[in-house]
Amino acid sequence: MREPAQMRLLPDGRRLHLHDGPIDLIIEAFGAASEVNAAYRAAAARFVTVLDELCGELSFLRQPARTGGPRAAGVIARRMVAAVVPYCERNFITPMAAVAGAVAEEILGSMTSAASLSRAYVNNGGDIALHLAPGERFLVGMVERPDRASLFGKVELHSTEPVRGIATSGWRGRSFSLGIADAVTVLADRAAMADAAATIIANAVDLPGHPNIARVPARDLAPDSDLGDRLVTQEVGELSSQEIAAGLDAGVVVADSLLAEGIRSAALRLRGETRVVGASAALDRFVASEKSSRSLIHA
Amino acid sequence: MADDDAIRCDACPVLCYIKPGRTGACDRYANDNGQLIRIDPHVVLDRAVSRGDSVVPFLDRNREWDGNIVSGSDTFVTAIGAGTTYPDYKPAPFIISSEVQGVDMVTVVTEGIFSYCGVKLKIDTDRYLGPETNLVRAQGEPVGHVTTSEYGSQMLSLGGVRHLTGGSRREGTVTCETLLNLCDRKPVELTIDEGATVVVEAGKPPVVDGMREERMRVGCGSATIGMFAKQWQGKVDEVVVVDDHITGVLSEHQAGKLLGIPETGIEMKGRRSTPGRYFRVAEPGTAWGGTNIDDPLSILREFDPKIAWPKLRLLMVSTTGEQHAYFELDEGLRPVEKELPASLAESVARIKENCEPALSTVLFMAGAGGSLRAGVTENPVRLTHSVRDALTRVTCGGAPVYVWPGGGITFMVDVSRMPERAFGYVPTPALVAPIEFTLKLEDYAALGGYMDHVRPLDSILHGEGRRHLSANPENPWPLSGAKPARSDPRSDQ
Repeated sequence: MREPAQMRLLPDGRRLHLHDGPIDLIIEAFGAASEVNAAYRAAAARFVTVLDELCGELSFLRQPARTGGPRAAGVIARRMVAAVVPYCERNFITPMAAVAGAVAEEILGSMTSAASLSRAYVNNGGDIALHLAPGERFLVGMVERPDRASLFGKVELHSTEPVRGIATSGWRGRSFSLGIADAVTVLADRAAMADAAATIIANAVDLPGHPNIARVPARDLAPDSDLGDRLVTQEVGELSSQEIAAGLDAGVVVADSLLAEGIRSAALRLRGETRVVGASAALDRFVASEKSSRSLIHA
Repeated sequence: MADDDAIRCDACPVLCYIKPGRTGACDRYANDNGQLIRIDPHVVLDRAVSRGDSVVPFLDRNREWDGNIVSGSDTFVTAIGAGTTYPDYKPAPFIISSEVQGVDMVTVVTEGIFSYCGVKLKIDTDRYLGPETNLVRAQGEPVGHVTTSEYGSQMLSLGGVRHLTGGSRREGTVTCETLLNLCDRKPVELTIDEGATVVVEAGKPPVVDGMREERMRVGCGSATIGMFAKQWQGKVDEVVVVDDHITGVLSEHQAGKLLGIPETGIEMKGRRSTPGRYFRVAEPGTAWGGTNIDDPLSILREFDPKIAWPKLRLLMVSTTGEQHAYFELDEGLRPVEKELPASLAESVARIKENCEPALSTVLFMAGAGGSLRAGVTENPVRLTHSVRDALTRVTCGGAPVYVWPGGGITFMVDVSRMPERAFGYVPTPALVAPIEFTLKLEDYAALGGYMDHVRPLDSILHGEGRRHLSANPENPWPLSGAKPARSDPRSDQ
């Protein structure tokens, strides 16, 4: 039985919660009350058809992307394809790797075209599209493991920087990963780009053949997974500090190679160790806060 | 595409095939043995997105929330997922008022970040876990040490600021993970330097070197002799209760003497303490009575031929009754194992019956420091005084705590009385635990509380993101009674 999309304000009276099937958005807009109201109405109006649009071409979106492949029909699907095509020559990747970011971008776009907002975010399960009017900034907390809500750092984003999309990928998350990263967070100009890049980098943080890593064909867990028989990480056992470093190094090599148009920086996290790739004032600040957190004695 | 055992979910147009025991793409619908079920939607997700913001789970007593505004005394807001305001000196995320028996009560709900915290582990076993003060390791990293053993139990002290933040990064991370898993009631494997490997899980029997512990001993070997001497009289000539601490011998023991049980000529190894009580009959271990012996006869010397007699009946039993053997002496006064007579089987069963189930129990211990207290009141020391004066009740996820006497608010809580998934962590590393302070509204005003942040309970009962739980019936209701008892968690039912 098809459940209708759900739309409501969270109890704080400020944030909008949109939910339909696997899509779960937490949205907040800042600005004059009437503008926020108009933005929320626009978001809800756009949202109601999103899942049906995507499901209409789901089997295509679950196929590996290829350069010069068929065009997607929907605007969100097209954004997904565009986000993953840059990686399809060297990697296995399907447009589904960018679905969360692409949806977040679309909803944010509907809000900013309908209203004048100082700031706004659309958070799709950790893949976030941001709007920042000139002079504004956002403070974003980074979660290490989705099953344990704990911040391992904060990123401050300024309107002067080009970053408007943040995405996190890792094997502990809702989506399957081919790698062992606890979390790879990518800052990019657009949310869909960040989403695809985070997937690729998280897949690359890996120790192939390591006996302490349990992997299972994706199809054994979810028969219709776009990853088919590829082995997805289910458990990561004990790793030595050298192995942690080697796994992160493998991810850093790939992350470095992705830094180009639109992908600004990435934070790679494995077993409490962090590597940061790319030059971003925001991530430099993140690293600084990470270091200083060692000396905190609190409670 | 579909596997035989997968079911197709039609809750949304994605139409996932879901295997048994797994969820669909939404994490909301699951295949429970072939049945499509909806699982709790928001607890985990909203915790993640709302940290430091707005989502609070609830403890709802005795029933699922029916959607109506419930009276204040029936609902208690726990701090789980409340978020924390550290390090800013600003009011706690939730300060909630409710009326209890005509008295306005306030509960200040926050989550504390605890660097100074750890767990005290009580492991019910007489098996030898390792020398006192030796390091306890998880995944090879030191996370604590063996501390003073208690009656029938071995004690470990884990965590603390030295392991969390004083050692290597990995030591801190592993310590944090170990504490979190123990507090979340998950099994954890610990290895003691020069000692045993033990798997502990709150509320479950410990597993020592692969052996699952079933029973606590009823008493030491000597005490067991005293308890059962009368039941053995006339049914057996000699009983040895094997114990790593004090092994008891019936005919030499005061209890045997009082009953007029004759000497048997038995000769024990080990060091005699007082008559019928022997220290160190063997080395500590994980076999008979917490010793390292598998053959009970190995702790006996030859019987004294001037006293012993052929057909002498000898029962050897461990302090838990788990191991036992029955012998009769042959013509050469050598013990020969025989089947245990039914009359003695009863007493062995009685020993076993008197041994309580062996458990691992986990107490979380932490101290609420200045900045956490500043989330409750502008004048933090007054909160300490208020707790001392028993005007303020402290709970941890709704569970009662023992507040240690002396300065500060240092408390202990039995994690098994707390709701599931009550703990989190920050990468300092440090643990995040819920803590609630409940007091009368007028007392709250008097200690400099944030009166303008007090919200009525029903204002936050509605909406998504609340986890409604039935209260643990073993816990005293946090809002009950106008005056909370100070320390004993069980005294104010």
